[in-house]
Amino acid sequence: MTNPLSRPPRKNPVERTRQPTRPPALRSRRALGLTAAAARGTFELQVCQECEAVQYPPREVCHKCLSERLQWQAVPPKGRLLATTTLHHSNDLYFRERLPWRIGTVRLDAGPVAIAHVHGDCIDGEAVRLALKLDRSGQAVMIALPNKPTPHMEDDKTLRETSCDPKFRRVLVTDATSAVGRATVKALLDAGASAVFAGNPQPWKKNAAFDALCQDERVQAQALDVTDTDSVERISRSIGGKVDILVNTADYAREGGILSGRDIIKARDALDVNCLGLMRLAQHFGPAMASRASDGVNSAVAWVNTLSIYAHMSLPTRGMWSASQAAALSASQCLRNELRPAGIRVIHVFSGPIDHEWEQLTPPPRVSPSAIASAIVRALQAGTEEAYVGDVAQEFLARMQDNPKGLERELGNQA
Amino acid sequence: MTTNILTQFMTELLSGKIRLVDLTETLSPDFPTIVLPPEFGQAWPFRIEEISRYDERGPAWYWNNFSMSEHTGTHFDAPAHWVSGKDLPDNTVDSIPLDAFIAEACVIDCSAESRENPDFLLTIDFVEQWEAKHGRIPERAWVLMRTDWSKREKPSDYLNMQDDGAHSPGPDSQVVPWLIKERNVHGFGTESVGTDAGQAQHLDPPFPCHYFMHGNNRYGLQCMTNLDQLPPKGSVIFSAPLKIRSGSGSPLRVLALVPNDAA
Repeated sequence: MTNPLSRPPRKNPVERTRQPTRPPALRSRRALGLTAAAARGTFELQVCQECEAVQYPPREVCHKCLSERLQWQAVPPKGRLLATTTLHHSNDLYFRERLPWRIGTVRLDAGPVAIAHVHGDCIDGEAVRLALKLDRSGQAVMIALPNKPTPHMEDDKTLRETSCDPKFRRVLVTDATSAVGRATVKALLDAGASAVFAGNPQPWKKNAAFDALCQDERVQAQALDVTDTDSVERISRSIGGKVDILVNTADYAREGGILSGRDIIKARDALDVNCLGLMRLAQHFGPAMASRASDGVNSAVAWVNTLSIYAHMSLPTRGMWSASQAAALSASQCLRNELRPAGIRVIHVFSGPIDHEWEQLTPPPRVSPSAIASAIVRALQAGTEEAYVGDVAQEFLARMQDNPKGLERELGNQA
Repeated sequence: MTTNILTQFMTELLSGKIRLVDLTETLSPDFPTIVLPPEFGQAWPFRIEEISRYDERGPAWYWNNFSMSEHTGTHFDAPAHWVSGKDLPDNTVDSIPLDAFIAEACVIDCSAESRENPDFLLTIDFVEQWEAKHGRIPERAWVLMRTDWSKREKPSDYLNMQDDGAHSPGPDSQVVPWLIKERNVHGFGTESVGTDAGQAQHLDPPFPCHYFMHGNNRYGLQCMTNLDQLPPKGSVIFSAPLKIRSGSGSPLRVLALVPNDAA
C-alpha cells in the first residue's frame, strides 16, 4: 500500500531551496519513439513488419530477422514482474536524492524483457501493467504498475516523479473569468490543488460566476492582463514563487479571415493575447518556476497552454485567430525546450470549437469547457505532454496525420 | 505691447501669482479606457515596453516604446471624432487652428450631485443657477464639468460598469445645444472616460455631447483630474493635442493657468 502524501507544511523561509536535478536524458534517435508515445500517454513499441517480433529497447533493425521495417505500434501494456531490487545507493545526482528506488525486470506479454521502474505496490512474480511515462528530463521511462489500482497509488515516487499531479500544488489560471477558465479552476480544486490563483483580465467587468468561484477560500483573484507587461510583472513578483503549475487559458478569439478584413487591429490584439501574452508570462513566471522544480511535494512542475487545433492548420473563416494560435504553438514549443532542463513540463491541450460565446454560430459538436478542464487535469495527472479534447480534435489529428494537404483543402471549404 | 504683456505674464508666473494646475492623468497600463461591446473595434489601452534601461539593450540610455489609441488617458476630441462633424473644415487635430488650444474655462461643480447619483445629468437649469452665482459663461470658453469622478477607484468604480452598461455623469441633450447656441462655448470637458454620460446611448440623440459639440466644430476634453483645484471662472486652459495626420483626437497634457490672489 502506498503511503498517502500529506499536505506539505509551510516552507522554511531561511532554508536553501533544493536546485533541480534531472535523471539521465540521453536517448538515441530511435528511442525517441518511446518519448513520443509517452508524451501522448500511449504504450507503443517497434513491431517488425516482416516477422511481427516486438522490439525493446528500440533498434534500427529487427533483433530476430534483421528487417529494417520496424514500425511503432500500440502493444498490450502487460507483463510479469520477474525480479525486483531496491537501490540504496546511486552516483546519479537525481536518483541519489530520491533513494531508496525500486527497479525490476519485467517480461512483457508481447515478448521482450525490460528493466523498469517499479511501483511500490507491485509484487514480485505477479502480473503488472506497464506504462511509458515522461520523467523529469522529458524522456520516456517504463514503469511497472500494479495490475489493479491500489489506494493512493498516484502518490508513489515513481508516479509522482513522472506526473504533474495538481494534488497539494498551487496553480495559476491566467484567465479564470472565461467559461474554460472557470471550469479549469473547479477541476483543479476537485483534483486536490491547495490553492488556485484566478487571473482576471477585466476587473471592472461584472462576472457573477467568477465572483462565486472566488468565494472558495482556496481561490485568490488576481488582476492579470497578459497584454500588460506591467501587470504580468507585478503579479509575478507577488505570487511567482508560489506557482507550481501555470495554466494559460487566456485567449482572444475572433472571427474573420485575412483577405477582405480591414482589421489588422483584431489580428494584433489576438497575437498580443495568444502569443505575446504567453511570452510575457514565460519571461516573468518561467525563471522562478524553473528554480523551484525540486522544491518538495509542491515543487513547480508544469505549464499548460490551451490551444486550438487550428494552431496546426489555419481555419480560413478564423484565419487571423488561427495565425495567432499557430504563433502561440510555436512559442510554446520553444518554451517547452527551454523549461525542460529544469524539469518543468509544458503541456499542450488542443481542442476544436469550444461551446462558448465566440463559437455561437459554429454547428455542434462543440467541446464543453468542462471537458477541456478535465483534459487539463488528466494530462497533469497522467504526465502527458499532448492532449486532443473531443471528437473534432481527434478527427482533425487523424486527418492531419493521414493527408495534411487534403485537410487544408477541406478547411478552406468550410464557410 | 505684446512683449510687455508676455514679460508681465512671465513675472507673474514666476512670482506665483499665476499658478499652474495639471489636469492630466498619468498614462499607465491600468488606466481605464472606454469599453465598447466586444464585437466592435476597441481603443487600445496604454501599453509600454522598455527599449533599454542602462543595460545590455542600450548601456547609457533609458527609453520606452508605448502604444495607445487616440482616445486613451486624458485626451482631446476633435470634431471629426463624431459622424456629425465629419464634413466640417479643420476638424482633425492636425488642422485645428492653433488658437483653439488656449481658452478660458468655466468649472461647474457637480461633485455633490454626482456623488449622490452616478447618472447625474447636467441641465440648462443647473447651468443657469451656476450663472446666477458666478455670472454668465463668456463666449469661447470651455465648460468643464467637475464631478470628482477622477477620485474614484480605478478601474472598477471609475467605469462603474453594471449589467446595463456604464454609469457616470454627463450633460443632458438639451444643455449641449443651448451651450453652443446661447453661450457659444469652445467645448466641453469632463473627468469621466467620455464627455457624455455613461448611459448617454439612451438619450435623444444618443451621445448628445459628441453629437452636438463636434457637429458644431467644438471640442472635447475627458479623463481630466484636479478640476477641484480650479476656480469657477477665470482660469485659462492650455490643451494642444499631438499633431497626428487626420487624427480624431489625441492624448495630451492639459494645463490650467490659475490666478493666485494669495501670492
